[in-house]
Amino acid sequence: MKRILVALTAGSLFGAGLAWSGMVDPLRVRNFLDLFGDWDPTLAFVMIGAIFPMAVAWRLRARFQKPFADAHFDLPGTTRLNRPLALGAILFGIGWGIGGLCPGPAIAGLALAPLKTTIFAAAMLAGMLAQRLSSR
Amino acid sequence: MAAFPNAQPLEGFTGGVLIGIAAAIMLLGLGRIAGVSGLAARATGIADSGGPRDVAIAFVLGLPLGAGLLNLATGGIATHFPDSASTLVIAGLLVGFGTRLGSGCTSGHGVCGLSRLSRRSILATALFMASGFVTVALLRLAGLA
Repeated sequence: MKRILVALTAGSLFGAGLAWSGMVDPLRVRNFLDLFGDWDPTLAFVMIGAIFPMAVAWRLRARFQKPFADAHFDLPGTTRLNRPLALGAILFGIGWGIGGLCPGPAIAGLALAPLKTTIFAAAMLAGMLAQRLSSR
Repeated sequence: MAAFPNAQPLEGFTGGVLIGIAAAIMLLGLGRIAGVSGLAARATGIADSGGPRDVAIAFVLGLPLGAGLLNLATGGIATHFPDSASTLVIAGLLVGFGTRLGSGCTSGHGVCGLSRLSRRSILATALFMASGFVTVALLRLAGLA
């Protein structure tokens, strides 16, 4: 129960941060990616703001035997640079450029523009499922 | 006149700090990366590994909850979505497929991975940023932006 409340709190803070920063507006994201248009650097400030607390958290993590609301750490350990990583990132970037939406803002946006984000999110889940099926 | 009239650097930075605190709670509280693509796949059952499902579901439900509450509190957050459903579908398919193939998105690689100086995340973030810039430039050339 405790871990569910902690996750819900983290998700809500994350969603509030996306909304407050303007990242739930696909036009703002699109304008960040539009170097030859009305370039909007806001997204860069969001990234910088988010990286500070996380950089501190990674340092604190070394002092934790286990997380405060769960049994153990479950973190990615691989460091290998490979083709799926590169190809996946490129395909994601194309979709991000076309729609101005990545997974976080799309899901948070369900509360603000339910119709459009439902269409996007359904297609996104279909894409995730297709990736899983194709990787078997 | 400001150089970038539409920019919201202060809201961007403070909103970013909130996002970073949320990701820090996931890391230190639950031992997990706050990567939205991975958590969404886990919550829906598309991924059957990657930590407990109840945590993923709670985090994913929190996203619209937090955004919706902030929207109520501030009295309306402007959003401008692509008009056409086909644009949303094509973009969604690419984002879904790409983030799973590449093991992460803006949150997992961009926020959590970069702050850890993960080389995989540095490469992924550089590539999806570059790919996004090129895509929008090409759409502009084609008269679609």
